[in-house]
Amino acid sequence: MPSPAVKPPRPAPKTDRTLSFVDAVREAAELEMARDPNVIVFGLDVDDPKAIQGTTRGLPERFGPERCFGTPLSEDAMTGAAIGMALAGLRPVHVHIRMDFLLLAMNQLLNVAAKSRYMYGGRVNVPLVVRAMIGKSWGQGAQHSQGLHGMFMHVPGIKVVAPATPYDAKGCLAAAVRDDNPVLYVEHRLLHFTKGPVPEAAYTVEPGKARVTRRGADVTLVGISSMQVECLRAAAYLADVGIEAEVIDPIWLSPLDMDTICESVERTGRLIVVDTAWTNCGAAAEITAQVAERLQGIRDLRLKRMGFAPTTCPTAPNLEDLFYPNARTVAAAARDLVEDVKTGWLPAERADLKSIEFKGPF
Amino acid sequence: MLARLYRSLYRIRRVEEEVARAYPTDKIKSPVHLSIGQEAVSVGVCAALRPTDVVFGTYRGHALYLAKGGDLNAMVAELYGKATGCARGKGGSMHLVDTAAGVMGTSAVVGTTIANAAGYAYALKTRRSDAVVVSFFGDGASEEGVFAETLNFASLKSLPVLFVCENNGYAIHTSQAKRQGRPDIAARAEAYGIPAERLDGNDVVGLLERTRTVLSGMRALGGPHFFEVKTYRLREHVGPGRDFALGYRAEAEAEPWVTNDPVQKLAARLPAGERVAIEQEVEAEVAAAFAFAEASPFPAAGELMTDIYQEAGDALACR
Ligand SMILES: Cc1ncc(C[n+]2csc(CCOP(=O)(O)OP(=O)(O)O)c2C)c(N)n1
Ligand SMILES: [Mg+2]
Repeated sequence: MPSPAVKPPRPAPKTDRTLSFVDAVREAAELEMARDPNVIVFGLDVDDPKAIQGTTRGLPERFGPERCFGTPLSEDAMTGAAIGMALAGLRPVHVHIRMDFLLLAMNQLLNVAAKSRYMYGGRVNVPLVVRAMIGKSWGQGAQHSQGLHGMFMHVPGIKVVAPATPYDAKGCLAAAVRDDNPVLYVEHRLLHFTKGPVPEAAYTVEPGKARVTRRGADVTLVGISSMQVECLRAAAYLADVGIEAEVIDPIWLSPLDMDTICESVERTGRLIVVDTAWTNCGAAAEITAQVAERLQGIRDLRLKRMGFAPTTCPTAPNLEDLFYPNARTVAAAARDLVEDVKTGWLPAERADLKSIEFKGPF
Repeated sequence: MLARLYRSLYRIRRVEEEVARAYPTDKIKSPVHLSIGQEAVSVGVCAALRPTDVVFGTYRGHALYLAKGGDLNAMVAELYGKATGCARGKGGSMHLVDTAAGVMGTSAVVGTTIANAAGYAYALKTRRSDAVVVSFFGDGASEEGVFAETLNFASLKSLPVLFVCENNGYAIHTSQAKRQGRPDIAARAEAYGIPAERLDGNDVVGLLERTRTVLSGMRALGGPHFFEVKTYRLREHVGPGRDFALGYRAEAEAEPWVTNDPVQKLAARLPAGERVAIEQEVEAEVAAAFAFAEASPFPAAGELMTDIYQEAGDALACR
């Protein structure tokens, strides 16, 4: 339940300053490190020439190798060490170039980081941020493309955030660093390439508040991480056929702002949650279930979840296309929901609404 | 023997050069981790193996797959994402497999297959088989917890597994010295009671002979063994190009490896006629494999949802 004290996040203000998602992450890290000497950034390859797609560029030079350093290939031990640092008062940001590698660190993250404050009766905090990227395209395949944020939403004691814009990327990372709890900060590889307005000064986008990113009366689309972009594109396709979609970006997945989502669905009566993950037991399942619990008997509802096909991510490009939802498949599903029939409609692709093409190798 | 080794080395080199050449066409939509420069490790070790022996490897697995007898057409088709690929287009370059040839799989998550190899060796032992398992992994993988845990288990259970650490000095762009307090990987194996030695990754004949000797002992007496093989990656970590411009390593560092390139060294030791005949055969075979991949169809849409589970009546895929 979001605290009523937390105000809805401001929309990205009008500013002439445009940054990429990558630079927004980098800037937030730099500002937080400058603000608080306890903030440190580390992880595999954060100090190498590619600097985690540029998100850690310049940090070792500015803050020195004690506050920004590459690690051995030891995710489990490095996560445990990060917890130890946090217990001692540092505010570590531990970076993983793929979310899949978090699976090596699950014991420390879920058995220790998420549990410590509670099982020690509130005597300790673990102010740890874990940055993890979801990969997509160019044959990332089975082990480099998973969206595992749902597993973390399942467990109390760790917060989860998945910003979709450069503005939120900056504000959420700052909020995560200042939070006294462990936070999983989810980045999508394709969002790294996007650009948007980002003010120069530091600011936070606080936990527990969603943002309505488009107003509409006919159907509510909740898009998580990169699927927020696809939902906004889907809304444009739907507008072409006279359907007005309301689009919501939950931003924070744990704590989750169900008030904003339910308020919208109570008006539209229709909800599609689109995740960049599998739907079973995931963020989409959770949001849909909470809407059903809250609005059953109050409002006639039509609900749908969309996400990865319930299979392992294939590498053949034609199969990969079928694996992911996209703006057109979301629009098609939304129209069927609104008209309550299988219309068979799939909008013709509009050049201005094409998804970003990612060219490898990574 | 020299001719056989040369064919294998030259074939792997040429396949990967062709992968690099084809890459800019964007038809290979798969992250490729080339072994160019490191081929002799796989070739020397695998030349001492029997078809019934088994190998586990990594995403940098083209050389291992081919050296162990994996089907060439199926590998190239897999890189192209085609239905005729060794994983039917569903795994890509990082997940090569050819169970018929004893290639039990390659993983994109560093270190994972080290333990899988030990488990396979345990099963062989329970069956009183004299086959052995060879586990290939990089210097970076030796930093993962699974490395230490597996060495202990293999030592404890005296498992027939040969660990081959392909030490190319780097994990992506970070040198071993920046990652390891004591950069002596063989010594860590010894600490677990596993006989370990350091070998020259360019000496393909030496690798073959040493592996043969070690394996005959392992087949007779059981117990694990450890090779730390010093080698060098000449291309970028992932992708087709060279990467000296990134500045994390000096081009001069590569010079001795280029000078001692085992492909060239071995070529010089063969009679010209024999060498040319091998090269011509290999060129034809490689060209045919790329033509096969290009001509093959993409997987049918229904393949998206097959092989998630074994369904009643399904047979395992094999070539
Ligand atoms: C568990 C895990 N952590 C990180 C990565 C990212 N990664 C891919 S390859 C690699 C370097 C591995 O180095 P090494 O084991 O020496 O093998 P090499 O690539 O040199 O052959 C890293 C860190 C990964 N794939 N898996
Ligand atoms: Mg290496």
